Amino acid sequence: MTALLIRDLRLAMRAGGGFGLALAFFLIVIVLVPFGVGPEPELLGRIAPGVLWVGALLACLLSLDRIFALDWEDGTLDLVATAPVPMEATVAIKAIAHWVTTGLPLVVAAPLFGVMLNLAPGGYLWITVSLAVGTPALSVIGAFGAALTVGIKRGGLLLSLIVLPLYVPTLIFGAEVARRGAEGLPTDTPLALLAGITLGSVALLPFAGAAVLRVALR
Amino acid sequence: MSIWEYANPVRFIQTTDRLMPYLAISAILFTAVGLVWGFFFTPDDFRQGSTVKIIYLHVPSALMAINGWLMMLVTSLIWIVRRHHVSALAARAAAPVGAVMTVIALVTGALWGQPMWGTWWVWDPRLTSFLILFLFYLGYIALWEAVEDPDTAADLTSILCLVGSVFAILSRYAVNFWNQGLHQGASVMRAGALAGDTEERVSNVFAVPLFVSMAGFTLLFIALVFLRTQTEIRARRTRALLARQGGA
Repeated sequence: MTALLIRDLRLAMRAGGGFGLALAFFLIVIVLVPFGVGPEPELLGRIAPGVLWVGALLACLLSLDRIFALDWEDGTLDLVATAPVPMEATVAIKAIAHWVTTGLPLVVAAPLFGVMLNLAPGGYLWITVSLAVGTPALSVIGAFGAALTVGIKRGGLLLSLIVLPLYVPTLIFGAEVARRGAEGLPTDTPLALLAGITLGSVALLPFAGAAVLRVALR
Repeated sequence: MSIWEYANPVRFIQTTDRLMPYLAISAILFTAVGLVWGFFFTPDDFRQGSTVKIIYLHVPSALMAINGWLMMLVTSLIWIVRRHHVSALAARAAAPVGAVMTVIALVTGALWGQPMWGTWWVWDPRLTSFLILFLFYLGYIALWEAVEDPDTAADLTSILCLVGSVFAILSRYAVNFWNQGLHQGASVMRAGALAGDTEERVSNVFAVPLFVSMAGFTLLFIALVFLRTQTEIRARRTRALLARQGGA
């Protein structure tokens, strides 16, 4: 299992586009927003937490189809399926690898990009905390979506259509934590709910993902 | 004699064929009576005027939008547990009908909201969760269309339906947390009203045609789902026949 994780991480790093692409995409979204809504600092500061969250979510989405598609095409997935590792663990490991290569860089970069959007001083801690708590849910929900669409040709658009509605609760609570933090309000309630969604998804979705992978490999 | 006998496609088609005329006629009758009664024979609301009458389309379609998804959830579970093909095909047949009901509820809501709230759309919890429900319907239908092998498609979509249901409910309560809304609370099916407290609810003058219309939409939904399920079964038979010919 560790071997699988290390292999995935190494592939993501060497093949290029793993780490860098999602971050670059995140940066571009953040840059595009002021062009769209205008450069007034107060307005940008007010929408910064939400924009950072939506940007992180879209950047996460971008790399989802890589989770299983490459392994599916070259047959690695069949080998992994016959290995003595339960399919649930495979899905979980793939989600972890996705989080390390995509979610973690976003968490680290978000405060930096917050500067560009004139994020309120109190918001830096909370945007980091909310993304750190929320992005694992994005990765594991995405892994489920990727497993669902793995056998489908040109499944990329379909993947977005299926995964984005599933992201709604995570986005609502995550952005709420960041917004309340930026305004200096208590963040306990949305943070607890966000953590609940993450823990619930991490606990249950690998089983759903494994079930659909088995169907796809049948 | 058990309900599972109807899981046999032949039996299903025979039975629904026999039921169909009654279903269709009563669906048309109830919907027409409910709508005509509602539109032309109820007094105007003292504040909302005649715009209130759109309720006879809005509430029943919203009801069927939610119950349609519930029905897909149940039939998906039956497919996963007992693997009856009719069940999976019924879920497939219900999805577009439910999606259209969601659109009707959203559009009539917007038409009603414009004169009443002064806006076509607000990010109110109920409106937002309906929009999300519509997106779930779209994703579900798109997945059905994308997978070629019917059994694989049935498996994948039924699992999506289960996961989607959990997240749809989560979204429903998450948007409540996110924004307070303009949409009124439940006023037709309240606990006090069901206990017979007439002060608590919509007056009978409005409620009775509304219930007739709700019954009409329910019957209409059942009739459409039966019809579409029959079509799906026949389409699949045609596929099997063609495949056999191509193989020989």
